[in-house]
Amino acid sequence: MKVLLVDDEKDFLDTMAERMQARGLEVSTATSALDALKMVEKGYYDTIIMDLMMPGLEGMEAIKALKHKQRGLQIILQTGYVTGEEVMKAHSLGAVDIVEKPADIDMLMEIIKGARGKEV
Amino acid sequence: MSYNWEVIGQSGLQFYGKMSASISHEFKNVLAIINENAGLLEDFTLLAKKGRPFELERLNPVTERVMKQVRRADGIIKRMNTFAHSIDQSDTKIDLNETLELVVALSERFVAMRGVNIVKTFHPIPVMITRRPFFLQNLIWLCLNFAMDAVGDEKTLGLVTEETKEGARVIFTNLKALTSGSPMDTFPAEQEKALLSLLNAQLATDLEAVELIITFARDIRR
Repeated sequence: MKVLLVDDEKDFLDTMAERMQARGLEVSTATSALDALKMVEKGYYDTIIMDLMMPGLEGMEAIKALKHKQRGLQIILQTGYVTGEEVMKAHSLGAVDIVEKPADIDMLMEIIKGARGKEV
Repeated sequence: MSYNWEVIGQSGLQFYGKMSASISHEFKNVLAIINENAGLLEDFTLLAKKGRPFELERLNPVTERVMKQVRRADGIIKRMNTFAHSIDQSDTKIDLNETLELVVALSERFVAMRGVNIVKTFHPIPVMITRRPFFLQNLIWLCLNFAMDAVGDEKTLGLVTEETKEGARVIFTNLKALTSGSPMDTFPAEQEKALLSLLNAQLATDLEAVELIITFARDIRR
């Protein structure tokens, strides 16, 4: 299963990638939504896990752009804080789930596996 | 002299809320990194218990990352403490350089999200003026926020402090979009005007040099 992790916190990205790889996922990383877009353009991913607040491209715009590039892409948002309004908007744009940081990796793994084939 | 306290109060609350939200977001990121590294240690322990060979060197980057985040959190707490206490203070002698450093550090995430690079050229020695720190920080943030919109495609914003005979100046330079008209349509708005009046400061633009300039007399006159 191919997962793309997107976060501007490099240390977070590296550690989470190492833990997910140890759990059998094929993980790629990007430090910005713009880089993630380029990567989705070039290759296929089952799931993308990204922060909502990142430099360059606003989170909701990033969801729209990513969905436009790869229609069936499962998007999971992982962020520090999210309002109810943002949750609704993210779901309406096609995000599968929203997880608050710091998250439990086992719970995240369940969401990733559950997200497979589930399109909102 | 009477001031528009309703506007100043509302602006102050918005500023405090925005900065506090940014600080809490930074904290969440710190906690998330520490959490993942603790989780990684847990993963290593489970593998070792299962009899998998484990190289001790794998612990080094984990320790380094945790220590780095502890230092980062300490910096955030110090800034938060200075910021929170600035509300307690009435007219106080303050260093403009330090105030600008604090506002830029508090705004770090907003600056990064807009992809702006700030180049600081501060007066080599402290630039002392007497003002209420919180309202000064609020005015600087509002000007910085405006300047980030006016910076143009190059996205490099200059921040300059100068000591003058009468007091001091803060200059926001390289505002390439200043001449295009639209940024100046709504700036300075009511809140900036109210703060300028309270802080006994003047705001000017130099369209030729594409700069925004705040001028402060050394001492406040009420």
